[in-house]
Parts: sequence; structure tokens; C-alpha cells
Amino acid sequence: MATLVSHPDEVKVLSFRFGKGATSIDKYIELDGYKAVRKAIELGPEGIIAEMKASNLRGRGGAGFPTGMKWSFVPKQSAKPKYVLVNGDESEPGTCKDRLIFEQDPHSVIEGVIIAGLAIGSKMGFIYLRGEYRYLLKITEKAIDDAYAKGFLGKGIFGSNIDFDIISHTGAGAYEVGEESALMESLEGKRGIPRIRPPFPAVVGLYGGPTVINNAETLATVPHIFRIGGAEYAKIGTERNGGTRLFALSGDVAKPGVYELPMGYNLKKMIYEVGGGIPNGRSLKAVVPGGSSCPALLPSEIDIGMDFDQVAKAGSMLGSGGVVVVDDTVCMVEFALRVMKFYAHESCGWCIPCREGTDWLKKTLTRFHSGGGVAKDIDNIRYLAQNMLGRTFCPLGDAAAMPTIAFVDKFRKEFEDHLDGKPCPYATLPEAALAGV
Amino acid sequence: MADVTFTVDGKKLTAPAGTLLIEACREASIAIPQFCYYPGLSLQAACRMCLVRLEKVPKLQTACTTPVAEGMVVISESDEITQARKATIELLLGNHPLDCPVCDAGGECELQDMTFKYGAPESLYIETKQHRDEQQWSPVVFFDRPRCILCYRCVRMCGEGMDVWALGVQNRGVTSIIAPNKGDHLDCEECGMCIDACPVGALTSGAYRYKTRPWEMNHVSTVCTHCGDGCKTTLGVRSVDNGSQILRGDNRDKSGINGDFLCIKGRYAFDFANNDGRLTKPLMRGPDGKLEEVSWEQALQYAGKRLREIRESTGGKSIGVIGSNRTTNEENYLLQKFARTVLGTNNIDHHRTADYTAFARAISGQKDRAASLRETETAPAILVLGNDPTEQHPLLAWNLRTNVRHHNARIYLVNHTGIKLERQAHESLIIPQDGYANVVRFLAGEDAAFPGVELGDEAKKFREALRAEPTLLIIFGSEYRGRDVDALVNFGMGLPQARFACLGDYVNSRGAADMGLLPGLLPGYVSVTQGGAFAEEYGDVLPSTPGLDLVEMFDAAERGELAALYVVGSNPIARYGIDPAVLKNTFTIVQDMFLTETAQLADVIFPAANLYEKAGTVTNTYGDQQLVKKAADRAGVRTDFELMVRLADSMGADAKKLVPFGRGVHADMGQTRGAQSGEADRPAVWLAAQNLEPKLSPFDPFAILDEIQRLVPGYQVSRLELLAGNDVHVQSSLVQIDAGPERHALILPAQDTLFTSGTLGRYSTVLHSVMESHTTKATETAAD
Repeated sequence: MATLVSHPDEVKVLSFRFGKGATSIDKYIELDGYKAVRKAIELGPEGIIAEMKASNLRGRGGAGFPTGMKWSFVPKQSAKPKYVLVNGDESEPGTCKDRLIFEQDPHSVIEGVIIAGLAIGSKMGFIYLRGEYRYLLKITEKAIDDAYAKGFLGKGIFGSNIDFDIISHTGAGAYEVGEESALMESLEGKRGIPRIRPPFPAVVGLYGGPTVINNAETLATVPHIFRIGGAEYAKIGTERNGGTRLFALSGDVAKPGVYELPMGYNLKKMIYEVGGGIPNGRSLKAVVPGGSSCPALLPSEIDIGMDFDQVAKAGSMLGSGGVVVVDDTVCMVEFALRVMKFYAHESCGWCIPCREGTDWLKKTLTRFHSGGGVAKDIDNIRYLAQNMLGRTFCPLGDAAAMPTIAFVDKFRKEFEDHLDGKPCPYATLPEAALAGV
Repeated sequence: MADVTFTVDGKKLTAPAGTLLIEACREASIAIPQFCYYPGLSLQAACRMCLVRLEKVPKLQTACTTPVAEGMVVISESDEITQARKATIELLLGNHPLDCPVCDAGGECELQDMTFKYGAPESLYIETKQHRDEQQWSPVVFFDRPRCILCYRCVRMCGEGMDVWALGVQNRGVTSIIAPNKGDHLDCEECGMCIDACPVGALTSGAYRYKTRPWEMNHVSTVCTHCGDGCKTTLGVRSVDNGSQILRGDNRDKSGINGDFLCIKGRYAFDFANNDGRLTKPLMRGPDGKLEEVSWEQALQYAGKRLREIRESTGGKSIGVIGSNRTTNEENYLLQKFARTVLGTNNIDHHRTADYTAFARAISGQKDRAASLRETETAPAILVLGNDPTEQHPLLAWNLRTNVRHHNARIYLVNHTGIKLERQAHESLIIPQDGYANVVRFLAGEDAAFPGVELGDEAKKFREALRAEPTLLIIFGSEYRGRDVDALVNFGMGLPQARFACLGDYVNSRGAADMGLLPGLLPGYVSVTQGGAFAEEYGDVLPSTPGLDLVEMFDAAERGELAALYVVGSNPIARYGIDPAVLKNTFTIVQDMFLTETAQLADVIFPAANLYEKAGTVTNTYGDQQLVKKAADRAGVRTDFELMVRLADSMGADAKKLVPFGRGVHADMGQTRGAQSGEADRPAVWLAAQNLEPKLSPFDPFAILDEIQRLVPGYQVSRLELLAGNDVHVQSSLVQIDAGPERHALILPAQDTLFTSGTLGRYSTVLHSVMESHTTKATETAAD
């Protein structure tokens, strides 16, 4: 169980049941649980989607697509069954928010899935959990069983004439499966490789049926929107960025943890006030604002509101809300190498630019960091990343390319400092340990 | 679908809506580079080589997955696109071994071509390349992992195309590899399609690898000599001491009736031609009863003299002739003409693998009822009765699978056993092994067609679905013979739109029947009692009573009534299980490549060329006629055509009557280069000046093709199409023929598998090694 943190600036909408034993269905009900879904049954599909649109909720997986609009794309009539999928394959380095939701408040996900099902006319949902989150499966499965026992799932849910079932499933340890179409392939029992789009999941998704697939945090937020009202929810955030979101603050801060803050909360404030600043008298070198795929921001670039639009304007991405704080003891070449090792390891291998590009970047950065770099490597690293950007089969290539380009552009001097033929000049670890990086 | 108009590189193009951009561009001769895209197989969008710029779309898009749309504006070549493609090649070359000088694909490699086009001259990496040892996956498939670019063509070809699924992808990321799904070997049909589809040298052929360079070979597209489908195969031929040798068979040409497809036999089983056991010198039985090598003149004179003596003493009735399923139409036509006009006999037959006679009789008088093989790829509904196309007609099986995949064709399968095609079948019906005649009655509406067998609702459902089809292609195997064929055709005639195909076993089995290697029928199934145009052409010498069939000939020999037997490219002794002793008093001449069971009994043996060493035409079992081109050569052998002419000559017959050569004039050879370009056609000028104007030779099969086209009903097809290497469907017979004898025993299906091919297959090393490996694997599995 994770240790919970808190800060007065937090606006606890999604996390208000955290730490209150809401894994128990009775406790969840006591804390206004399963009320939203009853309201949604009354509203009917169009009412639900209208409420969702009013909330300005944007997908929490990283792309920030408006959730209400996504649901409205699902055709009303379909020969094939429709499905709701929960993307709980949380794997982006620096991101650990979905984990808390499943751990602290699994019923909110279940309730969100049912509401999404009501909105699109689906009778079945799947909760897909990251392979490494196997311990969360127990909690989730118990929650599902409890919901069945109460008649919230199964035939005629909540005494209505609507049927709804939920099945949980875990991945086998692939970051790539966090991509929605790869997740569907995996769920169907195939290799976790993305699909060609169009058709998009809303039209042809799981088993060929129209499918809504949302991030776990997105769906966990849904019942709260019905609890407090879509318009009220929208008021919390900034324009076009409704509500709050869970920020996973990690790295070189005094008080790391998952904080629920309003959309648009100032990043500098988040680091220095919520996170308690940089410890041990060190200074800030860089911030990765939304998980490892987002370009790092310099200390001069962090006086921005944390919503999709403002972070994009600053040249990075809000992503999945994983804020990684980097202090001045960190070698940025090593950081780039660690990031690339991750993407090279997680590339599914389907398309040439990502499969070969991540591997060559990893090899080049490994050699470069341990003292074998040559001058043309620096441009070469950037060139390799640039060649992946926008040309790969799925966004994994972009996720590897974007931070790399930023590392070279913003920290070129650190790269140049590696060129004198010696291993990393910034190394705090002995030379031998570098080989293992 | 409605046409849409769009623009590529400023060119206005039109294509049906939904056409893939890459295909629409190909139609307009705009080449879009591709590795993973392969027409007809599922889309991958993995290689990113076909990236193009679409107006108003932020990222470059893959042309292989983009359907054309009205008003779409496309840029297919620009600095940005060139840079993207070059970058992809740089990545691929990063760990590519660049062993092009020794790689089989060198000179025929799509990665080489792309590198040549986009250029990636600078190595960006100083890391050591990762080497992996090559692997042998089957007797015919080798894998060189570092050369693989992971385009997944092989995986899809094997799975989607062949429905074999022997290949898959293992691991992920840069460690991804193509690998057999069954451990270290391919559990497959050994078709080699994966090698054909491979754009680089990752998959190479066990039969060809490291033998030569592609530019050192001549590439000749001809027709495979094995099964009755008659695929086009491109033979790679190189000069050697004793002629020119076939080193490779493949399907890079793809212009044939088989499209993309080629099976193990078409691809590898040409190697019988290189077998050490080939006869290259004429043999004669000496006084001691042993076969001895003799000169051509000696052998021909002796054989001609004996045949003439026999004809003059006991008459043509005492001479028998047996032809071949693998000789050309021209040779078969010539053989029957030789038999009938020179030997004076109707005792002529061949190893019949299907009852084409009954089929011709059943559809006689009907127009357009015989289906081409091409229709099997597009017909919406197909009934397959008997046979196992996967084993016996691999191209038919491929077409049926493709048809189901691309056009959702409905296949109705009737068989006495489970066959692999069931996986594509819309409906399947299993019947008793002797129930093929009964099932026709059942389909026609007779519920009690199977005495003592209660057919369930499934069978009735099958019948209902089948009979509801607005059109139907009916394909039947050699299970149907004689009156059963009539019954089946009658049933089909009762359906709204039925067309038929009869499955026989070898490349020219149909041609052998069509060309009159039959005791009662002249070419085109014209009865010998009527004679028709042939009586006029051949004159009085044409005997008008039906002769002995193959079985009757050996019966006659046993009674001592067959004085001579002339066997051309056939092995009846082994195939029909005939007691060798029956020929002890028969003067026997055999033309063959090998000392077969039949050849061993001969008095004179002429070493013959095979189908890859001659020109002419063949007709596949569906009636599609194709041109055979001479690819290889072997010192010491003669074509069957030449041997027949020379034998006739040595008998004192007029060769000119047999082969109407010398009728051609210079103009027949086509327009000269001089006339076209204004230049002097120097060789022609010289030939004319020396009074050596080219004339058709007596050994020119095209002289006989002229006669076939003139006389044989149904064979009046476009000569231009034939010479262009295209298949042309011969028209179904319109002549009324006599009822043939109802002797099932005469028809002897070869029961070949994918890895056998009658007598010929025994001389193929590749087929042997493949069969051996499959037997071993089966034993190992059984032991597990």
C-alpha cells in the first residue's frame, strides 16, 4: 500500500475517498458511491453525453481528447456488441496515479465503466491492468465480485432492465499495450501491436465491435462528475481543461507523491510548495512535466499552468501527469540514456523507424555516456530522433524522439562535455557502475 | 464503387473510391517504394517506405493504408519524403551485413534497389554489427537473420496465402525475429512462397543458394511439367559443359496463370533434368539380350526398319502406341498422326488420369460450359467434388483460398475424407468413399440416394444452400468417370448458371486427350469412324475403326498379337502394374529420359528431352493452353517431336506429309527490323542473297501448331496471346462423339501428393529430401 500524501492546495474530487477504506463496497456506498450511476440510468445515453461534454473532461491518458466527444462517436446502431475498455496499463515512467485509484477506490472505476456503457449502449466492459500491477488485480476482482453480489453488475443492474458485465484482465508486461489498439490486440490474445487506423475503436474496436477505451483515471472521474455536476466540475479547472487531475510528483523533491490539483495549477508552485522544493540545498536542473515521453523543461520554463494547452505552448506535453523533478547532480546524457533504454526495451518492433531508431539511439547513447563519443554523435543522436518523429506506426516512436531532441537541444553543453574520451564527467557513481546504466 | 478524382504530384488521376493510394499510383505508373506492402496480403504499414504527403494532414501518411478520396492532393516525392525514406534505409543498413557480393538476392534485392534510389552512403554508427548464424528451416528454406528487414511478407504469405501458418514473429523490439512456429523447422508444404516474397536475401532456397549470380542466368518463363494446373515457372538457366542447366525455378515473373503462386514442384522439382541417371545415348538390345549404346543412325534405322517390316507383314493392327501426359500438344498431335497415317493403327492411348472423354461427351453441343482455371479465383460459388486440391492441384487450392479471402467466395466441398480446404469451405459434406455417384442424385433431390445411410439435416442444409446459388462452378476429380460424369453434368445443367472443370493429374493430361491419344477418338474428340476434317487432311490412310486401348494393347501382347509397341514418355508397366513378361514377344521402342520399368523392356531406347528442353504448347486440365519455351538443353537428347519425325523418315514415310514444313515464307516470320526502322535487316539481306531464305524446319512444332489450330475443334485461339506467354482458354467441344467404353480401370488417377510426381518425381532429389525430412519429422512427433 502506498503512503498517501496531502497538501492544502489539493482539490479532492477524484481522491476524496482515498484513505477511507473505500475498497469495501459498503464504505464506498456510504461515501455516496453508486449514486452517480443511478442518476445516469435516469438521464439516458444522450443526457450522459451532454453532462460529460459540459464537464470539459479531457482524457487523462496523455492525449487529452475530450471524453464526451469520444463517447459520442460510437454509432448508436451496431450489428456487433459494443464494449467499454479501461486502459489500466499505466506504464509511463514517472506516472503512478492509476495505481492509487485501483488501490484506494476501485469501485469508482467500475461505476465509471457502467456509466460509459450506459452512454454508448454497451453491455460489457473490460478492465485491463498493467501486467506488473498483478497485486491490484486482487483488489479489482474483489470489487467486481462485490458489485455483482449487490446486483450492480450482471442482469438488470440496479433493478433496471439493463444488463452489464465487467471482466478484468492483466497484460504481460508491455508498455506498448498502453496504446489503445495494441491493448485491444492484447486483450484478444494476440501480440501487443497497434492496429492500422482508421477504422478507429469507436467504430471498429475490440472483437470488431464499436469500443470506447478510456484511461482508468478518466473513467474513475466520471462518477464524480455526476456526483457534483458537469458544469461544477468544469469550473474547477481552466478553460477547455475541466476539473482536477492526479499529478504524480517524483524525483528530486522533498515531498514526492500523488496530489490531486486543479487543472492549470502552476508547475513552479507544484514543485516548490506542494512538493516542498528541491532537498539537500541543491538547485533545479530540469522538469519532465508529464511522464518520460514529454520534453524536459528548463527552470526558466516552469512558470506555467499545468493544463494541456499551456504545457503544449511551452513546448512539452501534460501527458499522463507524471512530473519528474531533476536536480543539478543529474547527468542529462545519462537521463537521456535511461529514457532511451526504456523505449528501446518497450518498442514492439513492428515498424522500422521505432524498432531500429530506439536501438541505435540506445547503443549510441550508451557508448557516448561511457566515454566513447565522437563529435558527430551529438548531431547524429538528434538526427536519429528527428527521423523517428512523426514517421512511426504508433506514437511510441514520438515518445522516444521528443524528449531526446529536447535533451540535445537544451543540454548540448553536457553532451559536449562527454567528448574528451573519458566516462561521464558528471558521474557521482564509480566508473564501473556506469557500464550497468 | 464510384470513381474519384485526386491529384498525385500534380497529375490528375481517377480510380474507384476505396482503392489504396499505393495501388492507384501503380496504375498510373507512379512508383511508391514498399517493403511490407504486398498486393493481396493484409496491410502492415510497418516499413514506412511508402510515406507520402497528403495535403492538410500534419504527418506523412502511408500510401499502402490510405484509400483514395475525392479531391485528395498527394505528393509522392519531395525532399522531405526522400529524406524520410533515406533515413529508413540508413536504419535498416545499420545492422545489415552488406554481404551483397555473396548474397543470393544480390542483383534482385529490393533493399539494394531502394538504397540505389535513395542513397545511404554514410555509415552513422561505429558499433559492431550483430552477426547471427544462418539457420536451415527445411530442406529448401534457409534463414539469414541479419539480412531480415522484418517486412512480415513471409509470415503473411505462409499464413494468409498458404493457410499453413508455419512462420511467426518472436520477441519484440529490436530482438524481433521471424521464426518457425514449430521450434527449429517449418512444418509446412515446402512451397517456397516465403522465399519468393522475401524482398531481401533473408530467406534463401536450399536448392539454389550460392550456386550462381542472377545475371549469369538466362531466365525463361515456361510451364511447369508436374501437375494438371500448368503454372508458369521462370527457370534460371546457365551454360554448362553438356548443354545448359536449370539452376533455379521461381515466380518472379508473376505474369502467368498462377499469378503469385508456385508450389514446391514448380519451384524446385526441375532437378530431375539434372539427374545423373539420364539417358544421353540411344540404346539397343544386343544379341546377348543386353542394352548397348549405339549411334543415333543405327538406332533410328533399326527401329524404322523393324516397324516398317511389322506394318507390312502383320499390319497396323499389330502395332500399339502409348503417349505421354507431359509431352506437348504438338508432339501428341504428331504422335497420333504418325500412328494413324504412318503406322496405320488406331491402337493409341496414354495413361489416363481423368475421364476427359466422358466430360467432352457430357458437355458436347453445349457452349461455354468448360471453366478456365482463372475463374476459380473469382467465381462466387464453387462446388468441389472429390480430389484434394491442396495436394493434387496446389494452384487451384491457392485460388480457392484467395477467392474466399478477397471475394468471400462460398466453397461447397464434397469429399469422402476431411481435406485441408475444409477450413475455407462454406459448407462441407462427407460422403462414403463409393458415394460420389450417389451424392449427385442426392443433390438433384433424391433423399434416399445413399441406400442404408440416413443423411442428416446438415446434408440437406448443404443441398439447399448449394441449390440457392445463382451461379455455380463445379469442379470434380477423377472420382467421376463414364456415366457418372454425364449424371453430374446433367445435374449442373439443371442449375441456373453452372460451369464445369474436370481435374486430371499432369501438365498435359488434358492435352493428350484433346490431341487424340485415344483409340476411338481423333484430336478434338472427333470419332475415328467419322474422321471429319482429319479424313480429308490425312487421306485414305486413316483407319476408321477404333483401336485397342492401353489395357487391351497389353492383353493383345500377352496373347502374342501385338508385334510392336512404341512408347513415348510413359511408364505403363509400373503405373498400370503390368507383368513385364507380356512384352517378351513385342518389339518395343521407348523414348524416355530414364531407364524406367518400361524402358528396361525395350528393344530400342531413344534418350528424350523433357518439357523444359523443348518448345510447344500444353493445355492444362481446365483447358487453358499455354506456350512452352525451351529453357534448358542437354547434349545427347532429342525432343520427342524430332524423334517421331526421324522415325517416320527412317520408315520411309514422307516427313513433309507428317509435318507441313516449308510452307512458310519470309513474311511469316513477321515484319523485319529493316521494314520498321528503315535500316537494312542485314541477316535477312544476306540470307536472301545466298538463297537461304529461312524456311520452317521439319522439327518446328509451330508447323504442327498451325495444323492444330486449323483442324482441332476448340483450338482456334489467338496465336498472339499464346506467343505473348498468356494462357488462352480453348473452347469446349461442339462435336458429337460416340459413347466411349465404360472401363474405369483405364483411368488411373496418379494420387500424387505435394511431394510426388509420378515416375518423373522419383528422379527429383529435392522431392526426395523433402519427403524424407517430412517422414523423419512425423516419426519424431509420434515418439514425443
